[in-house]
Amino acid sequence: MTSGIGAAEPMQTTRAAIGDSDPDGADRYNYAYLDEQTKRMIRRCLLKALAVPGYQVPFGSREMPLPYGWGTGGIQVTASIIGPDDVLKVIDQGADDTTNAVSIRRFFARVAAVETTEATAEATVIQTRHRIPEQPLREGQILVYQVPQPEPLRKLEPREGETRKMHAYAEYGLMHVRLYEDIARFGRIATTYSYPVMVNGRHVMSPTPIPKFDNPKMGGNPAVQLFGAGREKRIYAVPPYTDVRSLDFEDHPFAIQRWDECCALCGAGDSYLDEVILDDRGGRMFVCSDTDHCGTRRARGHTGRLGADAATAAAAKPRGAAR
Amino acid sequence: MTAAFETGFDTSRLATGFADPVLDAQAAFRRLLAAFSYVGRIQEVAEIAEIPAPLNAATASFCLTLADLETPLWLDGAAGRPAVAAWLRFHCGAPLADAPEGAAFAVVADPAAMPRLDRFAPGTDQYPDRSCTVVIQVEALSQGQGQGQGQTLRLQGPGIDGTLDLVVTGLPPWFAETWALNHAIYPMGVDLVLTCGRKLVALPRGTRIEG
Repeated sequence: MTSGIGAAEPMQTTRAAIGDSDPDGADRYNYAYLDEQTKRMIRRCLLKALAVPGYQVPFGSREMPLPYGWGTGGIQVTASIIGPDDVLKVIDQGADDTTNAVSIRRFFARVAAVETTEATAEATVIQTRHRIPEQPLREGQILVYQVPQPEPLRKLEPREGETRKMHAYAEYGLMHVRLYEDIARFGRIATTYSYPVMVNGRHVMSPTPIPKFDNPKMGGNPAVQLFGAGREKRIYAVPPYTDVRSLDFEDHPFAIQRWDECCALCGAGDSYLDEVILDDRGGRMFVCSDTDHCGTRRARGHTGRLGADAATAAAAKPRGAAR
Repeated sequence: MTAAFETGFDTSRLATGFADPVLDAQAAFRRLLAAFSYVGRIQEVAEIAEIPAPLNAATASFCLTLADLETPLWLDGAAGRPAVAAWLRFHCGAPLADAPEGAAFAVVADPAAMPRLDRFAPGTDQYPDRSCTVVIQVEALSQGQGQGQGQTLRLQGPGIDGTLDLVVTGLPPWFAETWALNHAIYPMGVDLVLTCGRKLVALPRGTRIEG
């Protein structure tokens, strides 16, 4: 902390916001875990990232109390923006109840005194790993993506110095060649997740490993989309109402996945479905990957093929064991 | 400790900064994040009890929220008063830049006399983020059609749903010209924050301006 005049007194205001009873020792840390200088550095990067949509801003990623790959980048972004008035939702592959989502939600409830929710509509900040919620987002909501590999060109060109030049000169031919090779080999573009996008007509960006099903939700979205890659030390952003196009060819236009089945629990025919193996005799079901979407629909009385049988649904619930 | 410096500046009279340095900075940052997300929409920050003249609350909030030892700060002639410099040095710990070229942040209190935007760092083609953010204090800011005086800027670009009108009083007459040059070198270029009292609005480099 850079101490200001009478720093001791204002700090108590912050403490009061966290709450007096603190058995976890959260008050041994600054509000929202990160120190203020780190937050300022990340906040400056976030504004530059919004000013140049899709461009990866290098930042001084800090060591976090969890390993790389568990969302350290997303957590640092969330920690730098979150305040006591926020309502936080965390999803992992669309689910609110997986280990990663539960522990990140609990972390921020402890260190930032925020309210948490599983309802997409109630959240002001949504930290996500690999999905965009099914329910359309609204103005003022902030979607924070956890990013494993921010560089869409990395598999084509391993040298950072070279990829940086490719972005600087908008030299994206190699990416089109990669997609073309897919067509030559498989007759179609076989990429189904991390499907590269062109942002604001200038920067090719990795949408993170979201399924390409979610790509169309990125463009023209009224919500703010922020991306944090902790291990790779990059932050990028897509402001609201920004043009985001999935790369394609005139004769091979971009298309999202479709399923022959509906969600077995809620009957949704327009959501992203996960396949769940039910037994060792080939039995399987498809269920919504977005647990809040599925739950909300079931609460409204929608039922799928297996939804009415509560016992089957409970036994088949894909992530029940992860709690 | 009321000893005056040799410059005659008395540190015991330093204006205070944020009342709560943690949560006030967080709240102010969220307004800035909204400003850079919803480009051209006016945001309002909270009042600050003591601010050295001629800074307004929005400019002061910007500096307290984002400036620190890593960000050289340039002040124009009107803003570069000893009280302002001492206040910024103390609360932000930011080194003061001698010239606009070397600044990460710049504060312009007298836009009529401000340098053209190409004097500020635009970043490099490989690192367009290494550019200056210029805070300009203007006389009046409002949304929608202008009533009488004020320059109506029609904005278009990322962060704007269609087009948006912003009415600004106090920008230099050559603003549109210097902005067009700044926008033309995208993704390089400076980003602007216009402030007036507690109001602020962001104009990132990607914004097209007509009028």
